[in-house]
This record gives sequence, structure tokens and C-alpha cells, in this order.
Amino acid sequence: MNKDLFVAGHTACAGCGQSLAARLVINAAGPNTIVVNNTGCLEVFSTKFPESAWEVPFLHSLFENAAAVASGVESALKYQGRKDSVNVIAQGGDGGTADIGLQALSGMLERGHDILYVCYDNEAYMNTGVQRSGLTPFKTNTSTTPLGAKSTGNPRPKKPLPEIMLAHGIPYMATSSVGFPQDLQRKVKKAFSIKGPKFIQVHVPCPLGWRYEPQDTLKVAKIAVDTGLFPLLEYENGKLIGVRKIKPLPVEEYLKTQARFRHLLNNPGEIANIQSLANANIEKYNLRIEEVTAEKTVQ
Amino acid sequence: MKEFIDGSIAVAKVVKLCKPGVVSAYPITPQTHIVEELAQLAANGELDAQCVNVESEHSAASVVLGGSAAGVRVYTSTSSQGLLYMNEVLYNIAGMRLPVVLTCANRAISAPINIWNDQQDSISVRDAGWIQMYVENIQEAVDFHPIAYKLAEHKSIMLPVMVCMDGFILTHGIESVDMPSQEQVDKFLPPYKALYKVDVDKPMTLGPLVDPDSYMEARYAIQETHKDVLKMIPEMAAEFGKIFGRQYNGLIEEYKVKDADKVIVAMGSVCGSIKDVIDELRSKGKKVGLLKIITHRPFPAQQIYEALKNTPKVAVLDRSVSLGSYAPLYVEIKALFFGKPKKPKVISSFIVGLGGRDITKDSIKEMLRLLGSKEKSGEFIDLKPELLKEEFSYE
Repeated sequence: MNKDLFVAGHTACAGCGQSLAARLVINAAGPNTIVVNNTGCLEVFSTKFPESAWEVPFLHSLFENAAAVASGVESALKYQGRKDSVNVIAQGGDGGTADIGLQALSGMLERGHDILYVCYDNEAYMNTGVQRSGLTPFKTNTSTTPLGAKSTGNPRPKKPLPEIMLAHGIPYMATSSVGFPQDLQRKVKKAFSIKGPKFIQVHVPCPLGWRYEPQDTLKVAKIAVDTGLFPLLEYENGKLIGVRKIKPLPVEEYLKTQARFRHLLNNPGEIANIQSLANANIEKYNLRIEEVTAEKTVQ
Repeated sequence: MKEFIDGSIAVAKVVKLCKPGVVSAYPITPQTHIVEELAQLAANGELDAQCVNVESEHSAASVVLGGSAAGVRVYTSTSSQGLLYMNEVLYNIAGMRLPVVLTCANRAISAPINIWNDQQDSISVRDAGWIQMYVENIQEAVDFHPIAYKLAEHKSIMLPVMVCMDGFILTHGIESVDMPSQEQVDKFLPPYKALYKVDVDKPMTLGPLVDPDSYMEARYAIQETHKDVLKMIPEMAAEFGKIFGRQYNGLIEEYKVKDADKVIVAMGSVCGSIKDVIDELRSKGKKVGLLKIITHRPFPAQQIYEALKNTPKVAVLDRSVSLGSYAPLYVEIKALFFGKPKKPKVISSFIVGLGGRDITKDSIKEMLRLLGSKEKSGEFIDLKPELLKEEFSYE
């Protein structure tokens, strides 16, 4: 086994999905990689001076500008004639990517930089205390969408980030999950086999923010995929080339694993609304395993 | 070689001679001609740089941050709202000790939106940790860019430099300029060799989280470096003089200060007009002078003290305001004389030429007329009383 490029000793919470995914991503990318990171949990728990968990060059600037800083790093490598031998990763959390960093990311994609952007999606601003982001699921109880007489949680569904990324006409776009490590590492390697801007959104459960026991991170991640709430997709040149097929579990199976959804469990109307979001994914991406067509599925 | 040339084009040409590898900027008036010309030079194959056309000034500053962190000489320019939009990145660049060079084509800040010249933009980011130099004319704009790179990249400095040139007046003005040759610039400015960078051959973490145990020392180190910069600028300017044949002090310029009864303190292109007024008044026997501040950060307090300690009356001309308080430059001039044995009897403050209001010879003479025995604090010059009448009713 190759040397880990993201090493132990960092200060992530027990069961942190993001730290697992970050290690999988950088190990798949390999040592000839420069990582540019937005501000957020990952940067905070892995680079507290004078320590660093990173065995590759790592650059952190601000909350929203990793995509632009990485564009500068990539341009410098091109100027030095070194781009072909060095991978560049820009990465951030869901808020740093889909909210405050979306403009810089859009610019990076549109300009065609040879960079892989990885969004670690734990579905809220965890570093500051579980405030909702544009990628927080419908009806989630967060610290800025609390429950009350007039609130049953986050009023909006997740921003359709994969579609926004695809609309830029990038050559590679995928979603993955820390619950499927081989899928994630295969997609990172695939991304780096392609020149140009690449994007991967990784679903990374957060025991503290989602409120489940730390040992359940991978289980929770898998159920999100198996219900159809977080479909695993892979696009090359705008064309869907692979999905993870599922035998869909009812969304209740996912909701009941986390206290952030506890308030929904006695509310059949809201559960039906969330089921319809999962059903829309299942239909749109043809996620359901059907016995007669199983051999036709990609991957 | 002497050329009759636009300020923006001249700056672009000298930046080209400095050989940046990554150039990134976002269009904003009156800075645009600089990057348009750099883009043209790159398109012609005369400039070997990656020109990154970004979606905002925030990203322009971030791109040059990344390029600099990867060990390459970089360049950006902006104005006004663009500089303010870069603000947090400016602080970040200085805090990360990256030798970025930025040209600020000085312009007013909205609201009301106004594309014309004052210095509110760069003054508003004076605390970011950048070295700030204000130029009087296009020749200085040209000359201070190689100096900026040499300063920024000096291994004991490693701080970004902002060259501030008045928008339109200098960016769109045309002057006869002695353009440096490539040989001169190469002799003065060696290729950039980064002390630290993101490099797969030698991995390091840049931009870590620093807690209360170490943060203050990082900030203190910048403050101490600024003291070194004050010593180094005159040395570098002297070295510049030997190669290019033009002599600068680099911190301040004294114009007929020694025997003057009244001295104006100012920065930027207005200094040219002030010199004309001084010459005119001197010919009539009036002892007036100018103290031009070139380097505003670090603030050359000691040099200013030495220059003005025997001057009876000083007028500080600000082209910006700290709304709700005193004019920014005035405060610093007052502060440096506080508690000193020798000081002017009167230091008065004048706010002039905001949003591109012309500073005429009469404006300058009016300041000198008002510079009497009673100190003026934040006196606006050339206000139009007819626009200040209350004519609006909410009823």
C-alpha cells in the first residue's frame, strides 16, 4: 500500500465523513498533487499550526476563493511548463462551494482550467455550528432553520449543484459518497485522466451536525444513496455514463438514522414530500434495479 | 528612450519588461487600458505570461495569490470598487507574505457612483499590510513598478506592493516619458526566486490555521518588516538611479520646503499642480513649499518630521475622508508631531478634489489663503453651496 498523503493526528471529530473522504481523494490523486482548500472544517482540523496532516503541497487562502487560487496555481504551472506532471485539486465544503464560492468555481470551470474541484458535502456550515447552506436538505433541523410553531426545518431542497456544474459544459462531473470508497477513488482517478475542469461532489455525513453515533458514518452515507436521496452519477462530456443502481429503500429508513430529521418521523405529509424528492431522482436517473434490464446497466 | 505615451500603456509596457508569469485582472474604469495592453502584448507574443480573464476582482486577486504562491512573478491592477471587492484577499496576500504587485488607478467610491479620481479606494485599504506608493506623473508610474517588484521580492521583505496612480489624470494622460529598456530592467530586477512555494518536490502547507499562541507574532513580523522597508526604499531608489539615471528618495520629496512659511503636504498627481502654484507664488516673494509623500505605507513619519519640524504652517491635502472623523493623512501628520519638541504652529486639514472635482491652481491658492493662525479641521475646498441647500421634502 502506498504511503498515506493525509496522515493521522489531525483534530477532526470521531466519525468525520469529510476526513475519510479527503484521505481517499488525495491518496487516489497521488503525491504529484497540489491541494488548494477553502476555509472550513477540513482546513481547520488538518492544518493547525505548527502541524499539518498533508504530505502534499497544501494552500489555504480564504473561504470562497479556492477555485480562483487554484486557477492561479495552475496558470503558474503552465507558465513554468510543469502542468502536465502536476495535478491540481481545489476543494471545499458545501457552503464554500455552492454558496459563497459558487462564483469563483463557475469562473474556474468556464475558463477551462485543468483542475479537479472536490466539494465535500456535509449539508450545512458545520465549522460554525450547523447553519443551513444551499446544500442542506429539505426540512432539515439546523441552527438557522430551527423548529418552531412556524417552522418544520429548512424550507428549501438542496441546490441542484450537479446540474449547475454540468451546465458549464465541463468534460467530467460526478457525484460520489464516502460510503462507497472504491467508487470515490475510481472517479478521482478517472477525473485526472481527463484534461480540463472536473468536478466531484462527495456526500460526507457529519455525526455532530446530523446527530448520529460516530460509528454509523458509512452506514448513514450508504442509506442516503440507497434511498435515492443522494444518487451517485457520472457524466463525461455532458453525457450520463454511469449511475449506481439501487433497490430503493423508503426515505424513512434514512431519516430515522439522524436526529436532524427526528421531527419528521411522526409527520407522514412531510415524509411523503421527501419521498417524492427521492422518487424524482430515481426516475430522472433511472436508478432502480429492474430484473429484466439489469444486464443493460452501465458499470 | 523618450516616448510620448499614455499612462496606462506606459505602465503596461514597463510591467511587460518586469516579466510577470501570471497576469489577472477584471475590467474597471479607469484601470482597463493597462490590462488591455498587456493582453495585446501577450497576443502578439511579446509578453510570455498566462493572462487569466477572471469573473471578478476577488478572483483576480485570488489568481495572483495562487500564482505567487506557486513561485511565479505576478501582476494585477484595479480601481475603486474593484479594490474594495479585493479587500479580504489583499489582507490575505500580505499576511501570507506574497510579493504581488498591483497598480491601483485611483478612483472614487460609490455611492454616488462616480468613475473619476480621488484616493478613497487605496486609502481605505491602507491597513492591509501592503506597501503603498503614490506617484505624481507617468514617469514615476513607470519607474516605481520595477522598484515595486524589487522591494516586494526582497528576501527580507516579502510583502505586496501597491503602486497608486491617479485615475484618468495619469492613466489617461499623455506625457513624454523616458521608457526603460529591457536591459536596464533586467539589470535592476533579477528573475524571481521564491523563498517558499507550493511545490510537489518539497511539500509544505501554506495558509494554516494559527491560534492565539502564534497569531500575534505573525502580525508583529509584518509590522517590523515595514520598518525595514523604510530603510530599504532609499537604498533601492539609489540603485535605480544608478541604472536608469533618475534620482528618487522614494519615501518623500521636498519641494522648496527649507525656508517656507507654509507647506502643503499631498500625495499623487496634484503635487504637479501644487509645484506650479509654488513657483508662481515664489516669483511674487511668497515662501511656500510642498512635501510630497510617495511611500504612504510604511508611513515615513521620521522623514516627514525632519522635513517639517521647522515649518510654521502646514496644510494637509487629503483626497479622501474618514467619514465621521478627520481626514486620513491629516491625522497621521498631526500624530507624528504629537509630543515632539519642534513642530509647526498650525497644521490644517483640507479635503479636496473628491470624485474627480478639478483641483485648480485657485483651489490650491484658496487652501494657502485659509492656512492662517487658526487651525482648520477637515475644511472642504470648492464646495458648491447651491447644491447643499435643503430642497427635498419627505411630505
